[in-house]
Amino acid sequence: MVENAPVLIPVIYMAACMLISLTRLRYRWLAYPMALAATVLASATALGILYHVTRHGSFNYYFGGWVPPIGIEYVIDPLSAFVLTVINIVAGLVLYHSLNVNRLELGRKVVPYYAVAMLLMLGLNGIVLTGDFFNLFVFLEISSLASYGLIAVGERGSAFAAFRYLILGTVGASFYLLGLGFLHLNTGSLNMADLAAIIPNLEFGKDPAIVIALVMMTVGICIKMAIFPLHGWLPDAYTLAPSTSSALIAPIGTKVASYILIRTLFFVYGVDLVTEGIPVTTILGWLSAIGIIYGSILAIAQSELKRMLAYSSIAQIGYIGLGISMANPLGFIGAVLHVLNHAFMKACLFLVAANLRTQVGHSDISRFDDSYRVKMPWTMAAFTTAAISMVGLPPLAGFFSKWYLALATIENSQWVFLAVILISSLLNAVYFFRVIEKVYMKSPSGVADDAGAGNDPAQFGSGEPTSSMVIPVLVFAAALLLIGIFNALIVTTLIQPMMPPGM
Amino acid sequence: MAFFLGHYAYWFIIALLLIGFYAIIFKRNLVKQIIGLSIFQTSIILFWVASAVKWNATVPIYDPAFPLEETANYINPLPHTLMLTAIVVGVATLGVAFALLITIYKHYKTLDEEELIKEMKRW
Repeated sequence: MVENAPVLIPVIYMAACMLISLTRLRYRWLAYPMALAATVLASATALGILYHVTRHGSFNYYFGGWVPPIGIEYVIDPLSAFVLTVINIVAGLVLYHSLNVNRLELGRKVVPYYAVAMLLMLGLNGIVLTGDFFNLFVFLEISSLASYGLIAVGERGSAFAAFRYLILGTVGASFYLLGLGFLHLNTGSLNMADLAAIIPNLEFGKDPAIVIALVMMTVGICIKMAIFPLHGWLPDAYTLAPSTSSALIAPIGTKVASYILIRTLFFVYGVDLVTEGIPVTTILGWLSAIGIIYGSILAIAQSELKRMLAYSSIAQIGYIGLGISMANPLGFIGAVLHVLNHAFMKACLFLVAANLRTQVGHSDISRFDDSYRVKMPWTMAAFTTAAISMVGLPPLAGFFSKWYLALATIENSQWVFLAVILISSLLNAVYFFRVIEKVYMKSPSGVADDAGAGNDPAQFGSGEPTSSMVIPVLVFAAALLLIGIFNALIVTTLIQPMMPPGM
Repeated sequence: MAFFLGHYAYWFIIALLLIGFYAIIFKRNLVKQIIGLSIFQTSIILFWVASAVKWNATVPIYDPAFPLEETANYINPLPHTLMLTAIVVGVATLGVAFALLITIYKHYKTLDEEELIKEMKRW
């Protein structure tokens, strides 16, 4: 039974995508429950896979019974099972939240929206599951095309943001394909496990093709991941996208890209090659460090909540990049743990922004005040929890990934990077406490100008939004606390077994 | 000299790649950027196809004159099949890109990048 489970997840999403498209003919209201059912089923399958992998170890699924170097396989090892579980659960909660937001922001576009969201999940799950580099390219493009669509249905200007993302994203995917071409030309294989066995036998000094392949693929993946100089598409895309798209793509999309990076660098090229043979990790580390500082400083400068969160995403991706670049076990734990933590934190924060937009009609930080906390105590409590976790105060989840990252920099004697992590925590504190301070301390003096700014109370309800919008936010916030408390358990049972060979 | 002539296909591909890249980066008109993107993708597809070629080999269709054991007699069919998929992906990307351009044009009545950026800032 469980041998066939991996392929079940893409099949669920594919079927859901097609059925949701059909609901457009008659039963439009079915789109939301069907999308939700698909993510719940997929999450349950992913959890089952994760349980099986932690108990019995990795397993593979061969398509059509063709054995790997020739056929395509899905590889379920601790790393892919973990990422699979995280993305499906986050997507399930975000889609559960989406009913009212989408009705408000998208109107009659809701049915195709859910169909495209299913395509996005199909692509992302495929990326995580596959053990074949070309298959990965196809899934990467499926998920990217779906995310361009999900972003482009947002407010005014989102189409242009999505277009710029499309240009950069396609260039990234093309670089990846070009690098893969060099790799295939020199090894004759596209299977990851097969390549991992072949690459150490090649002579790197004499074979610049492998260097080019590695560099091209890394650049391509880094564009999708939004590592510092390649992040240009991200702020506009996340800000202007519909609230649900931001909450869906921001926590999941870039995380899956960082999964590809981990998979490519450590599991295919091997730790020795990317640290000593070719200084990929050194460059990645410095770029990530610059990205962390750059993203944090620009986040302070933003007055719009979603744009601030978008810049903060660049910084947080930098943490994952930094953890990967350390190439030691602690850095790896930090990076993978941060994939989990950041997915939950960013989803929670973007959902809070969505709640604000539906209830108050804007998410402009300069207009926040005390009355927001009185009106929406639960939403704001969740925001505060996630914000404190982003800053990195124990016992919330965000602290522990930063802790592991800091330990990793100490182990490698990279004092500059240690300073970057500490300074950026302070910067995080600046831009989040600024919001929290407004929400909890500032008395609502500007009532008159609020009314003048077009906040029609008849259009936007006051008080907490419906329970379907509050529960996911609270679940994320509670999960942050639980991840923080049980982080030792997560690290030992889930993350330790996924350590790449030779690390 | 022989190095240049012997790799003429690759030089052609590099030229195409650079032309595409130039258009993506420096052209202001969004349609021209898409054309550049398309050229860029095509050059990579050609690179894969060129990588399949062998000297003195025939098309990968079974011919009793060449036994299957001597694979050197047949060119590698795998890159072609892979690139069929990549072409489909490219077509889908173009479709999405043009759909986005139609939306942008409906909103702003222009496809000039700098004017669009100005519009975005004003709003």
